[in-house]
Amino acid sequence: MPNTLQISTRGDREIVVTRAFDAPRTLVWDAFTKPELVRQWLLGPPGWTMPVCEIDFRVGGRYRYVWRNESGTEMGMSGVHREIVVPERIVVTEKFDQSWYPGEAVGTISLAEQGGKTMLTQIVQYESREAREVVLKSPMESGLAAGYDRLEQLVASMVRGEKTA
Amino acid sequence: MQPIGYVHGGPAHLDATFAALADPTRRAILARLAGGEASVAELAEPFAMSQPAISKHLKVLERAGLISRGRDAQRRPRRLEAQRLGEATAWLENYRRFWEGRFQRLDALLDDMQKKQKR
Repeated sequence: MPNTLQISTRGDREIVVTRAFDAPRTLVWDAFTKPELVRQWLLGPPGWTMPVCEIDFRVGGRYRYVWRNESGTEMGMSGVHREIVVPERIVVTEKFDQSWYPGEAVGTISLAEQGGKTMLTQIVQYESREAREVVLKSPMESGLAAGYDRLEQLVASMVRGEKTA
Repeated sequence: MQPIGYVHGGPAHLDATFAALADPTRRAILARLAGGEASVAELAEPFAMSQPAISKHLKVLERAGLISRGRDAQRRPRRLEAQRLGEATAWLENYRRFWEGRFQRLDALLDDMQKKQKR
C-alpha cells in the first residue's frame, strides 16, 4: 500500500487528507500529541522555526503553536481540545491569530492501524465554503510567503466573487 | 469596485475541480482535449462509452470550468480551458506540497523513534 498523501474535499466545508505511515499507531499518536515531538515536524516552509508549541492535552485544554521566520514575522495558531479518544481520535478547534480564512475551523485527526502501518485521516471543517476555498488556494505556506495584505485582498475578493457567482 | 463573480460562468469552486480530476475517464478526456477541441462523439469513441455517459463526465468538467463549449451550433465542440486547469492544478500542488513536506519530516521522526526503541 503506497503511503502517498491523498487530498479530497467532502461536502461544502471539509478538506480531507489521508496519509499512511510506516509505524505503529502508538508512536504516531505520540508524534501528534507530545509537544517535543510535534515541533520536529509540524513546521512551515524553509526558514521558519516553531518557537512555541504548547499542548494542554485534555478535553477543554488549549494548544498553541507559533511559527517565526528569519525576519521575525510570526504566525500563531491556537484552539481547544474538544474530544480525545486514545489512541485513535482527536478533535480540536483551530484559529489563526491573523485570520487568513474567515471564522474558526474544527479539525479531526483519526488514526487506524493496519498491518504495522498507521493510516491517518485528517479532516478540517471550515465555517463556510468560502473559507475552505481560501485554504485550498492559499495554504499557510503561500500565505506566509505572500504576506497578510495580499491574503486579505484575496479573501475579500473571493468572498465578493462567490456571493455574486 | 467590480464584483468578480457572475451569475453564470462564475469562478468555479476548487472542490469542483478536485471532483473533476479525481476520475480517470475525466482525466483522459482532459488529456485528449489538450491536443485540440473535440465533439462529444469524438470524445466518447476511445472509451466504448455511450454519448450520454460521456456527457455526464463533460458536465462535471464544465461545472469545474475546466472545459468550455465552442460556438459551432451543430458540433458544439468542447475545448480545454488550459489556464483554468493550470491555475487549479497549481493550487492543488501547492496544498499537497505543503502537507507532504510536513509528513515527510514526520516519516523521518517516526523512523528515528523506532530505531531508538530497538536499541
